[in-house]
Amino acid sequence: MRIEHIGLSEVNGSLVVIDGVKNASFEEIVNIEVNGRSRVGRIVQIDGERVIVQVFEGTKGISLTNAVSTLTGHTMKLALSKDILGRTFDGLGRPIDGMGEIYPDAERDINGLPMNPVNRIYPVNYINTGISAIDALTTLIRGQKLPIFAGSGMKYNELAAQIVKQANIADGEPFAVVFAAMGVKNDVAEFFRSSFESSGAMDRVVMFLNLSNDPVIERIITPRCALTAAEYLAFELNMHILVIMTDMTSYCEALREFSSSKGEIPGRKGYPGYMYSDLASLYERAGMLKDKRGSVTQIPILTMPNDDITNPVTDLTGYITEGQIVMDRGLESRGIYPAINVLASLSRLMKDGIGAGFTRRDHSDVANQLFSLYARVQDTKALASVIGEDELSESDRLLLQFGERFEEKFIGQGAGVNRSVEETLELGWELLGMLPDNQLDRISPETRKWRAEYLKERGGEKR
Amino acid sequence: MDSYLVSGINGSIITISGKTNLSMSEMVYVGREKLVGEVISLSGDKTTMQVYEETSGLKIGESVQATGSPICATLGPGIIDNIFDGIERPLGDISKISGSFITKGCNVPSLDEKRQFDVTVTAKAGDSISGGEIYAKCPETPIIEHRCLVPPEISGRVTYAAPNGKYRVNDVILKIKDPKGKTHNLTLCQKWPIRIPRPVGRRLPLSRPLITGQRVLDTLFPVAKGGAAAIPGGFGTGKTMTQHQLAKWSDADIIVYVGCGERGNEMTNALEEFRELIDPKNNSPMTYRTILIANTSNMPVAAREASIYTGVTIAEYYRDMGYHVALMADSTSRWAEALREISGRLEEIPAEEGFPSYLPSRLSDFYERAGYMQTLSGREGSVTLIGAVSPQGADFSEPVTQNTKRFTRSFWALDKSLAYARHYPAINWNQSYSEYVGDLSRWYGENVDAHYMDLREQIRDILYEENRLMEIVKLIGSDVLPDEQKLIIETARIIRLGFLQQNCFHKDDTYVPLIKQFKMMQVILHLHSQSQRLIAKQVPISKIRNTGLYERLINMKYTPNDDMTIFDDLISEISEKLDALMPKTEHAQEE
Repeated sequence: MRIEHIGLSEVNGSLVVIDGVKNASFEEIVNIEVNGRSRVGRIVQIDGERVIVQVFEGTKGISLTNAVSTLTGHTMKLALSKDILGRTFDGLGRPIDGMGEIYPDAERDINGLPMNPVNRIYPVNYINTGISAIDALTTLIRGQKLPIFAGSGMKYNELAAQIVKQANIADGEPFAVVFAAMGVKNDVAEFFRSSFESSGAMDRVVMFLNLSNDPVIERIITPRCALTAAEYLAFELNMHILVIMTDMTSYCEALREFSSSKGEIPGRKGYPGYMYSDLASLYERAGMLKDKRGSVTQIPILTMPNDDITNPVTDLTGYITEGQIVMDRGLESRGIYPAINVLASLSRLMKDGIGAGFTRRDHSDVANQLFSLYARVQDTKALASVIGEDELSESDRLLLQFGERFEEKFIGQGAGVNRSVEETLELGWELLGMLPDNQLDRISPETRKWRAEYLKERGGEKR
Repeated sequence: MDSYLVSGINGSIITISGKTNLSMSEMVYVGREKLVGEVISLSGDKTTMQVYEETSGLKIGESVQATGSPICATLGPGIIDNIFDGIERPLGDISKISGSFITKGCNVPSLDEKRQFDVTVTAKAGDSISGGEIYAKCPETPIIEHRCLVPPEISGRVTYAAPNGKYRVNDVILKIKDPKGKTHNLTLCQKWPIRIPRPVGRRLPLSRPLITGQRVLDTLFPVAKGGAAAIPGGFGTGKTMTQHQLAKWSDADIIVYVGCGERGNEMTNALEEFRELIDPKNNSPMTYRTILIANTSNMPVAAREASIYTGVTIAEYYRDMGYHVALMADSTSRWAEALREISGRLEEIPAEEGFPSYLPSRLSDFYERAGYMQTLSGREGSVTLIGAVSPQGADFSEPVTQNTKRFTRSFWALDKSLAYARHYPAINWNQSYSEYVGDLSRWYGENVDAHYMDLREQIRDILYEENRLMEIVKLIGSDVLPDEQKLIIETARIIRLGFLQQNCFHKDDTYVPLIKQFKMMQVILHLHSQSQRLIAKQVPISKIRNTGLYERLINMKYTPNDDMTIFDDLISEISEKLDALMPKTEHAQEE
């Protein structure tokens, strides 16, 4: 028998306090009925018979007397089956596409469980995205979590959509995309939907939408629902899953709002002290497992307030994820797309996923050489802005030309252009060819030898 | 044992109302699922505990069982070549019970209770024996002999010693009757509370370096065996790579690697790499000397807090056997954040940036557990602590970096701009320092070369000078500098690219013996001094550059590690080529 609790003792922000509750369990789901409509809440603290409940839909319209609460006896669970593919859900995992309820094959706790490091497979299979700046310099690996750090107004959604469209995620095996929107505008959600549709992948997409006019606290649940669905598809139905989560900054703001109404002691910039652990509980759900064929790859999108990469959201994310793709306003304003700042970008899993047997033998040397030259381009640019370009030495001027071409041709490949790894690396060599040989200090003698033979063979083919 | 009822839950913190008989730091089992917890505060009307597992689904009124003992590490054979979580539960055994994901309440013994060890019992009946002495030995891995130590607080006369043979960790090997007439049964393993340092005979001065094979560390910023070092750096600067290199190559007997709140994939990588990597010193996999403790960022936060204590307790145990142990903690910032999170839930008044006011004292307690010790049994052993720090926003003025700096004496600052240019290890030579140089210079003089520290000084001077010159270059370009200053910049470039930068994927460059480091310095400085001579005689630097010697020197790091004659040849080649550039007129004058 379920006990109904009539009335509340306190309402504060998204939190309500109920007294006299017996047998409550931590993180249990509570149904709160207000004027005939039910809302969902979760117990976030218990002190004797006093429980604090976080109400996902917000507390608007709730009074101390009109609420009737019932404990459900279980934690938050998501109903899952193969039929979730092609469906759209709200931020709490309830269908909103008018196609009815899901008949569940399974129910899973949305918090998931930590993967045992012993059972993980260290990811090494690269995903060809067709974007040079990513494939050559920040290679995306299957099972990786690689966020995009962007500023408002930049074309990060386009970049994410292009990755989804071009990425060779599965190598012929079944794949799907899980899309989680937290506090994004309706247009953005619509942009993604139409881009999925135009690539003919809509029946392989699961969408969880919490739009900017939806309840704020619901956002805390949205990515968890999405990842639970992703894990189910990957590890029980053996699919390769790409998860796009946008915008994680809104997620963190929701977390901050919740934390401050709970009266917690804030860490940096008002964000809760446990935000690192909280973000990790999402990002660490990417990966591959022994004995399972599927994989979960994550591309979270974060917008940096005022383009500041040291803000807590991007900072903590960078410490958890396996690298980052950073977008740059300077390149963006010059019309370069994708405006990726390759020096600040990084893929930690790249080192073991490139080279002979994966991409190409010379990949690592070419990438390192491009990085180190482009880093020198920045120094030279700084110098040129002081003494003027005319005063630069011949070699410095050559370097600047290289930098220019690198930004325009290599990075700025344009939307809709899909380059193979071969094409990307050859373009890299073409750019390196602009500089005298003695400047190429990262190309090892072995690679030079390999390159010479490779060119000979290719020359032979052409003839 | 006593049992109580849960009355409050707030994340990983649970409370019992009313007075209890629990003591501080006592281990408890919470709820039906028997979650492991620890008492962290007591008052007349409330007892507070932190729980090392997820509390979701835990109910008010479930039981809390006392155990009567503080939270302990189990110490015995079988620790090496194993991977544990933060409270020493073997992840391999957990996986057998719960599959790919870690479920709650997996109570598995720390050590394999069925595995048999070939034990040689060294104590005999009738011997008088005291704490810290060895009573039995067994091969734990093919290269590490496990020495069973009498627990520090026990001494007396041996009344029974088992014959040599095969035993499991819980078999009784020895019985000791103490002066009070109480008999203690010793097995192959013992327990020790993780928050209390294991006792030692006395501290010895630090005089030997921990040789890492990394040039920038060994030569410029060495750490002593028994010392403590910090590696701070923003994300993507290579903290973990540096820690992995140290774990693979440093000349400690045993490595304890604590992955504290870091990435799961990284631990898997470490596990696989160490297994495949063959230690050239003894031709066996690195795992034969390595212990991994993995409490990844999504595993419960309280266990993360405990993980570095578990690690250092294990390190001290092997030190007491007479081994040199190096512990890498990656990252101590995550540990500090765990402290902050727990402190926040306890509603303590925060100090800087929300961290609790006891952060400095906890850090100093931890780093003071490093040291070069004479053990209770008179052997020598050491624990070296190397902690990574992940400062928020790469801002070194934040509390964890600042307080770590106070208690460690080697500081290896990782630099974002070096990492951006893919200069690894991205250790900034202007910000880093080592206070151990003075203590260790004698060792370098006696064991490598009498001039080692002189050359080091010269290298440092050139780098320092370059840093100063670069300030000018940034403003007016390098063309206006006189040739002798351009030479400094050129030489510094060789030092940066050819010496400081090290390629951890190259078979010869990943580990470099000290003698090669010395020879490389010699060659670089020889080129420098010879070039100086030429420039003094008005030979333009472009001519020296055209000899191609600079490029040669930048690539000399890729020469085989067992052939030092190459460097002597290089020195004579430098002299030859540069002598040829000497102005003829001078020769004429001399004649």
